[in-house]
Amino acid sequence: MKAGANLYVGGGIILLIFLLAVFAPLIAPYDPVTSANLMYAEEPPGAQFWLGTDEQGRDIFSRIAYGARISLFIGLAVQVMNTAIGVSLGLSAGYIGGWWDEIVQGLTNLMLSIPTIVFALALMAILGPGLPSLLIALGMTDWAYSCRISRAQVLTQKSLNYVQSARTMGFGPLHVMFRELLPNISGPLIVVATMGVGSAIMAEASLSFLGLGVVPPNPSWGGMLSSAREQLMVAPWVAVFPGLALFAAVLGFNLLGDGLRDLLDPHGKGRK
Amino acid sequence: MLNVLLRRLFQAALTVLVVVTLVFVLFSVIPGTYASSLQADKRDVSAEVLERIEAELGLNDPLPQRFGRYMAGLAQGDLGVSYATKRPVADMLSGRVWASFRLACAAILFAVCIGLPLGFFAAMRRGSWLDTATMTLAVSGLSIPAFWAGLVLMYVFSLKLHWLPTFGYGSGGLKHLILPAITLGIAPMALLARTTRAAVLETLNSDFIRTARSKGMSERRLVLRHLARNAFVLVLTTIGLQFGSMLGGSVVIEKLFAWPGVGSLLIDSVGLRDIPAVQGAILVIVLFFLLINTLVDLAYLVVDPRIRYR
Repeated sequence: MKAGANLYVGGGIILLIFLLAVFAPLIAPYDPVTSANLMYAEEPPGAQFWLGTDEQGRDIFSRIAYGARISLFIGLAVQVMNTAIGVSLGLSAGYIGGWWDEIVQGLTNLMLSIPTIVFALALMAILGPGLPSLLIALGMTDWAYSCRISRAQVLTQKSLNYVQSARTMGFGPLHVMFRELLPNISGPLIVVATMGVGSAIMAEASLSFLGLGVVPPNPSWGGMLSSAREQLMVAPWVAVFPGLALFAAVLGFNLLGDGLRDLLDPHGKGRK
Repeated sequence: MLNVLLRRLFQAALTVLVVVTLVFVLFSVIPGTYASSLQADKRDVSAEVLERIEAELGLNDPLPQRFGRYMAGLAQGDLGVSYATKRPVADMLSGRVWASFRLACAAILFAVCIGLPLGFFAAMRRGSWLDTATMTLAVSGLSIPAFWAGLVLMYVFSLKLHWLPTFGYGSGGLKHLILPAITLGIAPMALLARTTRAAVLETLNSDFIRTARSKGMSERRLVLRHLARNAFVLVLTTIGLQFGSMLGGSVVIEKLFAWPGVGSLLIDSVGLRDIPAVQGAILVIVLFFLLINTLVDLAYLVVDPRIRYR
């Protein structure tokens, strides 16, 4: 694949979804929740309903457009939380070292030994469904990679001149960590965070698919798919389009992440 | 070697202990779990009866006491009694572990059989259409929501073509296993193709391959004797890690295909707020993951004698 293609394709997909989310009220021909009308239940895609309707007669395109808001919001918010936790822990563990490093490493290994979705499920069981629980359950369970990467990066940079001189100039540990080290190690972190948005969107969809995420009737791509299995025979479009939207969003963030890696790491050292 | 083994086992045991404690504490700090499990089950019970049951189950005892009791039970393989079914959690899990294990093995088999050769040939013919196709497949496979892929496969192969059953376990035959296994295997397959390709490319660039080539070694011998063995170490990690997390990853897929495994028990129990069953299912998933990881680490020692643990 040509260098940079990933970046543009991924960025383009995300831009489209972002526009869809922002202008949902203008683009969507129907209200995503209140337009339920059994008269129009399970209409196939056509001129009146571009992507068909679901079992309650709601327009699927409108629900996908509004669903983009939920997916993007959760994806970004969750990833900001995870990155903040992971980077703070990883930076401080690598910089301070000693017992703190041991604790953070133990914690990271622990997080890595529980599959994220299982941890999130357990937290959702405790907190109950809904948006705030989702943010907590997903935002606190997927920081192990950014923690590991920032720690490893700090260890390689710690002894470099710019860090040493900042310390000699009398800057405190917080300044050195966040003002000196962080900007210099941000490349790989941006790549991890970008791909993490995709996996956060996927995790939200999975939980909503299981009925433990966004509470219906709010439109969520995963939630839309959960009722699709029963109607697969009569109304396959109910299953197809929300899944395509989800696929596109995750693909977009993965491609963007790949593209950013090529851009930020031109020697291809960190390439998988 | 023995030293390493003991060290790994100790680390794994410590992790299990911490996970058990964490899960126990998390679920114990919320009050009224039993009452809400009844609510979730839509059963009405008067306040006195509820109080009596809670006292019988020892739910009103102080936390350390309950924890001690739970740990003592755990040491004897007793995972407590399910709120929803009133059956011992260990019994509920025993059959399901096998179902999940079968599914995980089948999915890994699919991933290895497709992903490994794809990645290998893509690397050998770098830049060819096969390479481009494999990389496109890999990035798509990693982005596709597995439960959606499962829905699509279900539609095509069960509802339209009538080749395979839609969902369920059947009588334990292969027919019911195929669709869930492929669905679960897509992401590991994609990752494996990608890792294999990268590993082979890296090995192709290494000095010993160049030396072997310049000695005039046949391409066939080169690939079989040198390349495959060296690239395998890198690929083994991916297979191991993917296999270990399979039991967790299969949670959604098991639910979709109504597969009676640990994952669907976990989800059903979360829905019913059946805390003992949730704890048991999580414990099994983590144990499985740690077991596989430890085995993979030990396998390195055998495959690559250069690796020595501190």
